[in-house]
Amino acid sequence: MSRRAAALTPYWLIMPGGLWLAIFFVVPMVMMLSLSLQQGDVVNGFQLTWHWQTYVDGVTTYHSQIVRSLQYGLASTLLQIVIGYPVAYWIAMHGGDRKTAYLFLLLLPFFVSFVLRTLSWQFFLSDDGILLGTLKSLGLVEQDYHVLATGGAVIGGLTYNFLPFMILPIYVALERVDPRLLEAAHDLYAGRVQTFLRVVLPLSLPGVFAGVLMTFVPAASDYVNATVLGGTNNTMIGNVIQNQYLVTQDYPMASALSFTLMGALLVGIFLYARALGTEDVLEVAAR
Amino acid sequence: MSTRTAERAAPPAARRRSPLGFLRGRSLHIYTWLVIAWLLLPICVMILFGFNDTQSRYNTKWQGFTFKWYGELFAIDELTTALINSLLIALLTMLIAGTLGTLIGLALGRYRFRGAGPLNLVMFAAIACAEIVMGASLLSMFVTLSAPLGFWTILIAHVMFSVSFVAVTVRARVLTLDPALEEAARDLGAGPLTTFRLVTFPMIFPGVMAGSLLAFALSIDDFVITNFTAGGTVTFPLWIWGSTRVGTPPQVNVMGTLIFAVGVLLAIGLRLIARRRAA
Repeated sequence: MSRRAAALTPYWLIMPGGLWLAIFFVVPMVMMLSLSLQQGDVVNGFQLTWHWQTYVDGVTTYHSQIVRSLQYGLASTLLQIVIGYPVAYWIAMHGGDRKTAYLFLLLLPFFVSFVLRTLSWQFFLSDDGILLGTLKSLGLVEQDYHVLATGGAVIGGLTYNFLPFMILPIYVALERVDPRLLEAAHDLYAGRVQTFLRVVLPLSLPGVFAGVLMTFVPAASDYVNATVLGGTNNTMIGNVIQNQYLVTQDYPMASALSFTLMGALLVGIFLYARALGTEDVLEVAAR
Repeated sequence: MSTRTAERAAPPAARRRSPLGFLRGRSLHIYTWLVIAWLLLPICVMILFGFNDTQSRYNTKWQGFTFKWYGELFAIDELTTALINSLLIALLTMLIAGTLGTLIGLALGRYRFRGAGPLNLVMFAAIACAEIVMGASLLSMFVTLSAPLGFWTILIAHVMFSVSFVAVTVRARVLTLDPALEEAARDLGAGPLTTFRLVTFPMIFPGVMAGSLLAFALSIDDFVITNFTAGGTVTFPLWIWGSTRVGTPPQVNVMGTLIFAVGVLLAIGLRLIARRRAA
């Protein structure tokens, strides 16, 4: 092979996949941007009028859903850190030979469809279902007590569904902590709490950052949990976008809302990526 | 000196002293199992109610044990069609995204070239992007071009969102390879294709396999992007979604249980094969 031909090899290799991503990921984004600035309706067609007002209207009309999405996303992400960190810590430090087995158990939910898992919660928590029905018949809770159709149920569902994505990167970071550092801290008379706070915790923060990145975006943009567990009073921005696209077919408004959501999330992601380095984030994401 | 070296060589797991040792053993161990139990609870509920002898379409109250639904697994035609669609799309996604992703992974792991940076950025964006935004943008494009929605648009979408995952997995594998092996093959007179077929591909195969299975899993489970690109075509998750208002039949539980069982057995099997090869 001539040298020039060899220099072209990587481009031949990336061409099919790269084109697929360009045509079906990058181009659609541009088309959605264009659609968000058009006016019209499904019957008469849409015309590009650079109507930025749609963004203003979208944010003012649906600000409560936007705020709720960010709140639920944030709440569930924080809960995942609080619930997941000790689990990642225990497996990394005390898992011994069974580390892989524990990680496998944590990943088992992914062998069941996301919708089905969420539905299973709805079913478990329903007003006279397995849990509440039993408690009510025992007289332990009020007859009209309910968990479904509350914000708490949605946050719980989000926390449940994305928890493994939080535990794994924290585990990876903790697993990489060099045991000699712990010994050094011990030799230098650091107490156990001090060693944790000043050695282990700082070293595991990149894992926490990666976990936040992987869980906040899907949680804040989700609409499955809000629909199945939240009822009609706890809708998130995802519900609005889904409804505008698939039911109302107000495409410009739906596109503008998608872009607003993406913009808000992208700013956060790129701040993270800059702090961590893109390659690291990709590697953690691939695990 | 020699005792010191021996001490260093001891496996880190054995010597690792946890700073929060006072929580050691008991409480954190129990806590970990509680979290695992919480994660597995809805799966147990799903499996259990696949055996429920329910009379109505509302499979919500326990009415006795039965194997009936395993026998009537394919009694609901639409559900069967949906499952077949899902399996077919997942299989095609695995093949297409597996191939395209492997090629990208090879290029990124083996060569330094201009354009690697932007490609990494686009893949990172595709992995990190909110699913609903990807689904919405694809639908925007299909609507603008008035392309008919259905099987093919779902397949396009699934390949799009899983190709980056395959590429990253394969790249990680390629980076662990010793380039000297390929050079040796070339020195022994093997052409580029022979080298790839006999040396490179067998070595990256575990990565290719892992990436392709990930693509299959991502595809068969996907709801959000499929919801936007499906039109009138129904997949397994979409059918379940539609059934929530009218009651989910026990066949859904049975199919969920079977997919779960096959997935788990496959994962354990692959793990055992990998371990035997390593040994």
